[in-house]
Amino acid sequence: MKHALSPILPLLRPYRGTLLLSLLFSAAYAGLSIATPLFFGQAIDAIAGVGQVDFALLQSRLITAGALTGVTALGAYLASRANARLVTGLTKDLRQDLFRHLQTLPIAYLDSHPYGDTLARFTSDVDQFADGLQLFLTQFFSGMLTILGTLGVLLALQPVVAAAVFVLTPLSLFVSRFITKRTKKYFVQRTQKRGALTAATEQTVRGLPAVQAYGREDAENEAFRRLNDDLAASTLKAVFYSSITNPATRFVNSLVYAAVALTGAFGVLGGSLSVGLLVTVLGYANQYAKPFNEISAVLAELQNALTGAGRALELLQAPSEAPDPEQPVTHDAVRGAVAFSHVDFSYDKSRPLIRDLSLAAEPGQTVALVGTTGCGKTTLLNLLLRFYDPDGGQITLDGENIAAMTRETLRQNVGLVLQETWLKTGTVTENLTFGRPDATADEVVAAAKRTRADAFIRRLPAGYDTVIGDGGGSLSEGQKQLLCITRVLLADPNILILDEATSNIDLATEIAVQKALRELTKGRTCFIVAHRLSTVMHADVIAVMDRGRIVETGDHETLLAKNGAYKTLWDAMKA
Amino acid sequence: MRFIYSYLKKYRGQAILAPLFKMLEAAFELIVPLVVKSIIDVGLSPTGTKGYVLSRVGVMVLLAAVGLCASITAQYFSARAAVMTAADLRADLMRKVTSLSRREQDRLGTATLLTRLTSDIEAVQNGVNLTLRLLLRSPFVVFGAVAMAFTVDVPTALVFAAALPVLSLIIVLIMRLSTPLYRRVQGKLDDVTKQTRENLTGARVIRAFNREAAETRSFREKTEAHEKLAFLAGKLGALMNPLTLVTVNAAVIALLWLGGGRVDAGRMTPGAVAAQYNYLSQILVELIKLANLIVSVSKALASAKRIEAVFAETPAVTFPDDGAKPDPTADAVTFRHVTLQYHENAAPALTDVTFTVKAGEKIGVIGATGAGKSSLVSLIGRAYDPTHGTVRVMGQDARDYDKATLTSLVATALQKPTLFAGTIRENLCWGCPAATDEDLLQAAALSAADDVLATKDAGLDAEVEQDGRNFSGGQRQRLALARAVAANAPILILDDALSALDNATGRRVLEHALALPGTLFLISQRVSHVRDCDRILVLEDGRLTAVGTHDALLQTSETYRFIDACERGARS
Repeated sequence: MKHALSPILPLLRPYRGTLLLSLLFSAAYAGLSIATPLFFGQAIDAIAGVGQVDFALLQSRLITAGALTGVTALGAYLASRANARLVTGLTKDLRQDLFRHLQTLPIAYLDSHPYGDTLARFTSDVDQFADGLQLFLTQFFSGMLTILGTLGVLLALQPVVAAAVFVLTPLSLFVSRFITKRTKKYFVQRTQKRGALTAATEQTVRGLPAVQAYGREDAENEAFRRLNDDLAASTLKAVFYSSITNPATRFVNSLVYAAVALTGAFGVLGGSLSVGLLVTVLGYANQYAKPFNEISAVLAELQNALTGAGRALELLQAPSEAPDPEQPVTHDAVRGAVAFSHVDFSYDKSRPLIRDLSLAAEPGQTVALVGTTGCGKTTLLNLLLRFYDPDGGQITLDGENIAAMTRETLRQNVGLVLQETWLKTGTVTENLTFGRPDATADEVVAAAKRTRADAFIRRLPAGYDTVIGDGGGSLSEGQKQLLCITRVLLADPNILILDEATSNIDLATEIAVQKALRELTKGRTCFIVAHRLSTVMHADVIAVMDRGRIVETGDHETLLAKNGAYKTLWDAMKA
Repeated sequence: MRFIYSYLKKYRGQAILAPLFKMLEAAFELIVPLVVKSIIDVGLSPTGTKGYVLSRVGVMVLLAAVGLCASITAQYFSARAAVMTAADLRADLMRKVTSLSRREQDRLGTATLLTRLTSDIEAVQNGVNLTLRLLLRSPFVVFGAVAMAFTVDVPTALVFAAALPVLSLIIVLIMRLSTPLYRRVQGKLDDVTKQTRENLTGARVIRAFNREAAETRSFREKTEAHEKLAFLAGKLGALMNPLTLVTVNAAVIALLWLGGGRVDAGRMTPGAVAAQYNYLSQILVELIKLANLIVSVSKALASAKRIEAVFAETPAVTFPDDGAKPDPTADAVTFRHVTLQYHENAAPALTDVTFTVKAGEKIGVIGATGAGKSSLVSLIGRAYDPTHGTVRVMGQDARDYDKATLTSLVATALQKPTLFAGTIRENLCWGCPAATDEDLLQAAALSAADDVLATKDAGLDAEVEQDGRNFSGGQRQRLALARAVAANAPILILDDALSALDNATGRRVLEHALALPGTLFLISQRVSHVRDCDRILVLEDGRLTAVGTHDALLQTSETYRFIDACERGARS
């Protein structure tokens, strides 16, 4: 347990002060809760029998107990408050750390892990950890102190009673330990099943339009129900077996209570204890039992918390992408010469994809990559932006290996438009200024006019201030892409990457966008992947790719004259 | 809240037995102070013996053992009722979510629906379990202790009667205040979830724009807003313990003072005072448990309310059970004065659209981005219903078909392909569960997806990862196309479903599609795609401005002519 928790400790560091306060107030609370019954016990002793009540003593003891109660309550409040501070703060920190780390994870990680699962590590797993921590803090510390304090007081009052308690106590710990150990596998199982269910839920909910178009609701619900039943079965085991802990420890506590009653009563009969103190001691037995129950409950909850924390930490410890070089090459005025030399790359190392590929773009040149789907065009662009790094060879920018500069420097100079549009939740303006947050409203409108997005933006309910919802809301794919293109136009990069950027836009609009893009590509290097040859025919260099290799390069006329692969593609399109 | 009960009803046995056994256990606990009283008043009196004390302690051990059995039984019933209720609720909620029409989906958003299906359900499960196990036990112990106190001594028991309303007031007040607060906390958590999802799906764009730091900043703000509210809720919860402690100890002080007088006057035994004191202690222990519980249960209540809100949604599109039968000789699709508005105040996406398509006709739909092409075809399969006007499919109002019939009539390939984790076969046979491998392979060949299959050793059994991540955009689109073709529906809609294909592949698919016997709607932004269709619908700003063959439109439609000119200009 200690081992599993140790990576969490650094997160606690900023809350040392709060933790100290929590401990302090919890200690005060625990100590005073033990002290108060002593005065109540003395008060009961003042009530000895008919005509034997010492009212002066009774009054003084009750006043003291009252004052102590006030202070105890204050300690309890302050301790809880400190705990809430700590838990909410820590949750926030953990999520922020996760998010910050997420930004450094290799794209390969994101491509190979279901989003739903990663998301669960941010949400329910962190929540579970927080719930466990909350219990741990509110009940474990004060619980421990109450146990120790009570034992101490008992020892002072009646060693025999203390001995009885001391002998029986380990039984309770043993029982809860035993159960905790036995149930751990069920919790692990449950967490796995829950991850599977979350991934399936995400898939179905996001794919609802298609699911409904095919009347697949029943089939999806059936598949969901199976996963759901699986989860229910393992949850039932986890919940039930862990919930045996409470009754079992309570039983042990009842035995302790009985033992205290026995030894205490014998003490009274033997004259070493007063009746009032017997009542106090019995009260302690209860008070002492309570934290034991709580600690067992905490141990059970901690199972959950640890699995949750474990999954969050797993994400946090997933290796980041290779760090930027320590002394990166800086690039103030990029000319924009890009060269791939002898690049090898594959996603799956057993299936080579790009092999010994070389390709150069002079500053200001437009290079078009064409070829059948899956031939590696997009992969080249992934490499140029360093979403992936080549297995061999290198890519240079103005003669410098791009791996020698920071990713930020590289990407500052490269603008990207993908086929799959992505917009964030926010206003149209916020989305357009994504690459250049300091752009003025006039610049935004000017850019939108150049891409012909202005017209439809103005027709939106709140124009440029319209909030685009979850996944782009009710905008059409083409409208979303226009926004994405405007976003890049506004960012004004030196190198452009257009990966099937205009394939979702109608031609009339695309012509206008192409004009704007052509304007933009002047004096800039541009990489275009497009299946519409009309989009690429004006490129300075057209590279025809086939199965990870470049089979032809040249401009449109040269390639047509060659009567090779390009000609075949061209004829197919012309047909 | 009533809807949770209706779910619990199925597990009525467990749901009733769990608290009953819990109360049985509690009842045994309530007897203990009386046993202690007898030890003090009889066993420790001058005539008392060790044997008497021993026998009473034996009774205590017996009570504990029976209590243990009762309790474990209760835990099992409770866990079962809670887990199964949650599972039923989750399955039904998923059913409800899948029944929501696009209007509700658009309005609620994916993130909200996912939270309801995951963490909210878990919170309800936890809440039900706690309620059955503990929440019902606590009042029983509390009122039981009060009742026992009255049997021991009435005047001192009145102290209990005074303390209880105060305690209840404290608990109810804090609960009242914290429930809406937790709802707001959850709302802030939704924001956090939403941004995390966005960050996952948009990782490439965010990194390409070097916006990691800015995104991290905005995430920080969201987590801080969440933290602030959660802390507020925590502070409110922190009041519970101290307030109950003060009340109960005040009652103990009153009890001892009163009891002192009564014992002095001979109206009460010291053992009875001890018993009353023990009952008060029990009440305090129980209330502290209750206080902690209430926090969890109010979280669960907030979650339950949010889930209920989803159940309360009525789908804008519903289907009759026993629908009309299609008339194969009738016109395939008829639009009569169709207007579609997505929101009440928004400009219509379609305005007064009227046209008729004969069975087997190949219809092209062309228009600029946002002209309403997708909106138009989405009405045929009833993703939305028209705001005004009617859509008829194969001789009947589209709204008169039952779901299965309409689905069997219309197959759609969307621009954004949706692939699910599983095998290629599973993904292809969505519209035709009984299809043979030959059927699927044929559909794949017609959609140029045979090339995709050829890249996989396992063929139809090749694995598809979630969202089809292990395929390129063009491959995904072809698989989605193959799915639509395999459905073998009389009406096939390709909603810009060729956009990610290269030219050669696109042409090949197009030729196959035009040769199919059924009715075809081909949405495209390109004249070269639709020119060979029997008729072409030209949409502009949601209005149908021209209908005709390619040659006719070149004469009559300025827009069509313009698009064609642009396209050919770009080509030559």
